[in-house]
Amino acid sequence: MESTGVIIGFWALAGLTVGSAALVFVARNLLHAVLALVLSFMGMAGLFLTLSADFIAMAQILIYAGAISVLLVFAVMLTPLASRDNGNSLFALPGLAIGGAFALLLMFIAVDVDWPELRGAALAERAFDDTIAAIGRSLIDRYAFAFQLASALLLVALIGAIALVREDSER
Amino acid sequence: MSLSVTLAHYLAISGIVFGIGIAVALAKRNAIAVLMGVELMLNAANLALLAFSRFGSAFAPGDAPLAGHVFVVFVLTVAAAEAAVALAMAVLVYRHRETIELDRITLMRW
Repeated sequence: MESTGVIIGFWALAGLTVGSAALVFVARNLLHAVLALVLSFMGMAGLFLTLSADFIAMAQILIYAGAISVLLVFAVMLTPLASRDNGNSLFALPGLAIGGAFALLLMFIAVDVDWPELRGAALAERAFDDTIAAIGRSLIDRYAFAFQLASALLLVALIGAIALVREDSER
Repeated sequence: MSLSVTLAHYLAISGIVFGIGIAVALAKRNAIAVLMGVELMLNAANLALLAFSRFGSAFAPGDAPLAGHVFVVFVLTVAAAEAAVALAMAVLVYRHRETIELDRITLMRW
């Protein structure tokens, strides 16, 4: 990961991701916060691409930037009388302190630990060129049970969400 | 000093986004905004998993280095299910109380 393009791309995408994530906190309007969140998800998908995770990047755009953000906008629109401001609660200062402490701690760990990582030529050799086939194969082979469990979880969540918001009109 | 991008860079970005997610989830008054903080935290964890999958050198020969990618697929699944159920609950609370501000949902306070 030493080529100039990768370095410029990494810093640009990292700035986009972190900046719009911070915008989620400071935005005064809830819908503006949702838009900043979508921007942050897109930047994160770009970072996934620099990690040569092509399938995950596309799934991120489809599921996070597409489905989940549409769900969030739906929830905002389905609660029309609730206030639309993105205000802080009484926990604003403790929340900011805890979040900042976690960020500093994780950054310190990331920089301080001597990770057993690949560098240079060995890293370039390990670049994944076809992750979709490998992910698909391991989903039906080694992780078949977890895959079935995840599909059952999605079905239960779907039925649960419908059952929760259903109007009891036949009573 | 070379300018190459290393594992530490990705982990630092992941840590910053995770911290912002914690701050949003703890400090916001609106239930939907709290859910947005949780999504940010899950996304930061995904970035760390993919970075370890790309840079990690601890894999035995023949072992699948894409295990991190498969794990991220499951995280995406759980995040989608969680968002659907949580937003359904927000709409349900709104129907009964006409608010989703967490400060004002004080049914269990005595």
